[in-house]
Formats: sequence, structure tokens, C-alpha cells
Amino acid sequence: MAVSSTDTAIRTGRVTRTLIYLVLVLFALFYLLPLYVMMVNSLKPLPEITGGGMMSLPQIWTIEPWLKAWSTAQIGVEPTGLRPYFWNSISMVVPAVAISTILGALNGYVLTKWRFRFDTILFGLMLFACFIPFQIVLIPMAAVLGFLGLAGSTAGLVLVHVVYGLGFSTLYFRNYYAVFPTELVRAAQIDGASFFQIFWRILLPSSGPIAVVCVIWQFTNIWNDFLFGASFASGEGAPMTVALNNLVQSSTGVKEYNVHFAGAILAALPTLLVYIVAGRYFVRGLMAGSVKG
Amino acid sequence: MGFLDIDNATKSYGSVEVLHKVDISVQEGEFLVLVGPSGCGKSTLLNMIAGLEDITSGEIRIKDAVMNGVHPSNRNIAMVFQSYALYPNMTVGQNITFGLEMHGVPKPERDKAMADVAKLLQIELLLERKPGQLSGGQRQRVAMGRALVRNPDVFLFDEPLSNLDAKLRVDMRTEIKKLHQNLGTTIVYVTHDQIEAMTLSTRIAVMNGGYVQQLGTPKEIYDTPANLFVATFMGSPSMNLIDANVRVDGNAVYADTHDDKGGEISLAFFEPSAGLKSYEGQAVTLGIRPESLTDVEGADQRSTHVEQVKNTVTVTEPAGSDTFVTTTIGGAECVGRMRADADVAAGRETTFAINMEKAVVFDPKTEARIL
Repeated sequence: MAVSSTDTAIRTGRVTRTLIYLVLVLFALFYLLPLYVMMVNSLKPLPEITGGGMMSLPQIWTIEPWLKAWSTAQIGVEPTGLRPYFWNSISMVVPAVAISTILGALNGYVLTKWRFRFDTILFGLMLFACFIPFQIVLIPMAAVLGFLGLAGSTAGLVLVHVVYGLGFSTLYFRNYYAVFPTELVRAAQIDGASFFQIFWRILLPSSGPIAVVCVIWQFTNIWNDFLFGASFASGEGAPMTVALNNLVQSSTGVKEYNVHFAGAILAALPTLLVYIVAGRYFVRGLMAGSVKG
Repeated sequence: MGFLDIDNATKSYGSVEVLHKVDISVQEGEFLVLVGPSGCGKSTLLNMIAGLEDITSGEIRIKDAVMNGVHPSNRNIAMVFQSYALYPNMTVGQNITFGLEMHGVPKPERDKAMADVAKLLQIELLLERKPGQLSGGQRQRVAMGRALVRNPDVFLFDEPLSNLDAKLRVDMRTEIKKLHQNLGTTIVYVTHDQIEAMTLSTRIAVMNGGYVQQLGTPKEIYDTPANLFVATFMGSPSMNLIDANVRVDGNAVYADTHDDKGGEISLAFFEPSAGLKSYEGQAVTLGIRPESLTDVEGADQRSTHVEQVKNTVTVTEPAGSDTFVTTTIGGAECVGRMRADADVAAGRETTFAINMEKAVVFDPKTEARIL
């Protein structure tokens, strides 16, 4: 019965289906247009762009703008290219993502398996971190960083992003662990596992999908952040996004659009990569957290 | 002093007391079943023994050592959960030895213990698999293996069979019983299934509303239930309860009721007690098990007190081994258990044989048993 019904669906739907796919392909092309513009213009010499050939393919193909954006472009005072700032961003994102994810998982574990008085209220308060606009906390945060002696450092930025990311990572893990069978925790308690042993040996190994969701979310947000980077890191300590801005906004000399395009793609590459590598778990992980409950 | 003593244990959540002064002493090697409907407190009591829930007042002792406030892992108990609670990320072998590892047992000893248990439960071929790749019965075995490997003082089972299908449940029930007979372990077992309770236990505690209604051997619970709750909860189909009046005639005592046409029925009691005589002229509830309400040929031949009553059959339910027959006595719908080949049909009159040796009587007000 199932076979025959799919048969009919295909036969009657052929025309409609073709139309649907046609429309979808058109939309896809339209959405890909900016990427196309960025790619082709990053691969042609500057005169071809200033000559008005924004949409056309390069007449002379060159990777010179990429090399320049990466290692020799003038950013701020030094002609260092984006490279050092790229590493700034990496050394900020990796610890920030790791710490906020681990802490979020711990929070979720405590909030679901070691319930205490007012835990739901505490969780509700933590959720404020998801909704408070960034701008509100700029000045208090600057004061805190100054007080801790972390102003202008990468460690300071890591702290800011961990604090801000905790709301979301806690939300993810709490909802995931809420449907995680409590009997497993009890069995482990009887087996003699300690608080952290239960966490490391039982809960974390079963948290793959939600960890992927959390990592993608945090990575994208922290990597793309501009406001905190611009506010709390200065000069050589700035992350990629701020450096890209400095590159593009520089008021001296000729505007090298091809270099700007190459730099912009470089800045977007890591998040793109994370999506491609882990993206298929993203939807799956979100489902696992929500549907089961 | 027993092996496991539950001494006036109570449990309260805030001002609500959910377990009221439970007092049970379990001997070594006993198989105690806590049975009762949902919310009767049986699982709470088990969790208190395990140390997963605090004891509000009273004491729980294992081998005379007070367990109040002792961490679950230091009570030398093992627990089998309803959902089996196998760690999904570990293999069967790792699941079984996890507890030993946490207690710092060296690897060679762990491996030997695991091999022994795997052999006992016939799960040697499954040791490398993950729980997700096992069937329900196999998971059940692994869960028992995890409990057995630690060689605990007391085994706690929390409705371990309720996730299995009917046939497997009967098989596993037999296996648990065999295991208990072979190993002589002390077991506390929670279930809501009265058949499991009857078949497995050496003693049963019937619980309801946070009270232990009756504590006794399966036979005591079945034949002489303490009150109406125990009488109706244990046994399937449940005990027939018939309104009757007590009539005393010299030494003999009769239960007077009526058949479905309004005719008088007088059932003579076997060995009536003085207590029953004092109810002369009063209304009581007569309790008769289905197997004591049967056809004449199927009646217990050794019973000296079988009363015969002619009555109309309303429904017959052939179950293969027996035929269940419904009829109305004293205004109450009663189920009788007849031989499979008994000559009965719905709407026809037949002769019922009532074994009065097994009859029990309850006070309708206090619900306690009189005889």
C-alpha cells in the first residue's frame, strides 16, 4: 500500500515538483550571489573592479589579494595582514567555547540531577544572559575587567564570552539532561561513583548531540562578535572581526576592494567550516533536546 | 534482630507523611516482596533502604549496622532498576564492572568476577556489546549481572519485570526465583503485580496508603487476609465479597444471604470462632475466593464443608485451563472458577459448590477480618 501511494504521488506531482525545484534553485542562486561577488572580486586585480566589472569573471586570475589580506595588508599602524588577528581570535574562541560548554554541561547536570531549593528560579535568572542586550553590560564589564586586571587582554575577552555564553549553554544542557534518565545517576551512585565521576563517565559521553549544538552556537557567536572585541581589546590584541573592520575602514591610501573581499571571506571561513563539519548534528541535536521531552 | 531491619521508618515530604512507621525485619536469605498499588510508598521504602532517599525518622539497619545517612555505595547493596539503568555509553562488560572499578578493585579481579557472573547468567557472548544492541531480556540479565558481581548483602529490585512482554516476564520470574534458590541471597523486591509477589516471595508486605497492611507468607496473605484491601488486592480474579447476615443456631453459625431469584441461602461456617458469634444478627461481608466457588465435581474433595447453591450463570469465560463463571449471589456479582469442561452456559441454572472451609468474614465498617 505504501509503495503504490508513493507511486501515485510521484506521477501526479511531476510538474509541480519540477516547478518547486526550479523556484528553489532560483532562490539558491539569488542567495549565493553575494558569495559569488566576493569570490570573483577577491580573485581579480584592483583595476578590473574599479573599471566597473563587479559582476564579471576575472580576466586575469590572481591570488595576490588573498596573500595580501592574510600577511601584508596595512591594519592599524603595522602592515601585518590579518594573520596575527586570526590567531588572536582562535586563542579567544577555543578556550571560551570549551569553558562555556563544559560549565554549561555542569550547570545542566546540577540543575537536573542534584535538585535543590529554588533551582528553577536560579535557572530562570541564568536565562537572562540570553536576553540582555550586549550594550547594557559594556561599562560594568569594563569596570570588572579593570578590577581583575584583565582589561585589553585575550583572557579578559575569554571571560566576557564565557559569562555571556553560559546562559545559552546551560539552557541547552539543562533541557537535554532533563530527559536523561535519573535512574542512571542513581545506579551510578549505588555503584559508588562520585559527583564528578558520574558527570565524566556517564553523562558527558552521552551528550554528543547537544555538545555539538552548543559548540556550533558558541563558536559562531564568539567568532562573529564585534562589540566586545572592539570594546575590550585594543590594537594588537584585537580579534579578527575588529581587524577586518580596521582593514576595510582605513581612511588612508587607495581602497583595495579585492583585498577587502578576500579578508572578509577569510574572517567567515572558520564558522563556515564548523557548520560544514558538524552542521548535520545541529538539527539532530536540537531535536534530541526538544522533542523527547 | 534480623539481617535487614526496618525499624519504625517514616518518610515525610514537608508536612506530608507518605510512609507511616514501617516495621519489617528481614532474615538472611529471605525474599521479601513489597506489593501494592501505585503511590502506596513501596518504591519510596526501597529507595530508603538503598539510601537514595533520606529516612525522616526511625532506623534502617543492615547486619545490625545503622544505615541512616550512609552513602548508597557504602551500604553493600545492589539495585536492579525498572528501566535497567544500563550505562548507554559502556559495553556490557564495562557496565558490569563499573561498580567494582569505582570501589577500587584491581583489573584482574574485576575480569574474573565479570567472567563468573557472565557464565552464571549466560551472557558471555554479549560482553562486548552496547546496551542499545540488546533485547529486553538480555538487558534484564545484564542489570542482574551488575547487581550480582558486587556480591552484596542485600539485593533490591524495583519492578524489574514490568518492562518485559508477558511471556518473557514469566521466564525471567522463574530465573529470578532459581537465582535466589541457588545463591541464597537476601532480596527486597518491589512490584505492583500480585502474581509476581505470590510466586517469588518467602514473605510479602502488602502496602497501601503508606501503611503496611499485612506482612506474612504468601499463603497467610492469600488465605487469611488481614482486611478487605489485602483480600481484594491479592488474587486474580479477586475475592468475591457477598453481603450476609450472621445467624447463630446452637453451636452452628450461618451466613444468611439470597440467590439471584431472592431465595434464602444459608451457608454454615466451618469452625466458627467466638468472635464471629458475637456478630449475631449483624451484617458482615463474606469473602469467597473464585476457586472456592466452583462446580460440584471440581470442589475440593478433602473439604468437609462444601455448601451447594443453585444459581443462574450470567457469563462464562473459558480460559483454557479453567472456565470462569459469573453469577449473582446476595446482590453481588461473583466469579467462580470451574473445571474447563464444566457443563455450564450463560442463562442456564447450575449448581455451585462453595467451600466454606476457605471462607473469610470481614466487618463491613472496620474492614478488618473477623474469621
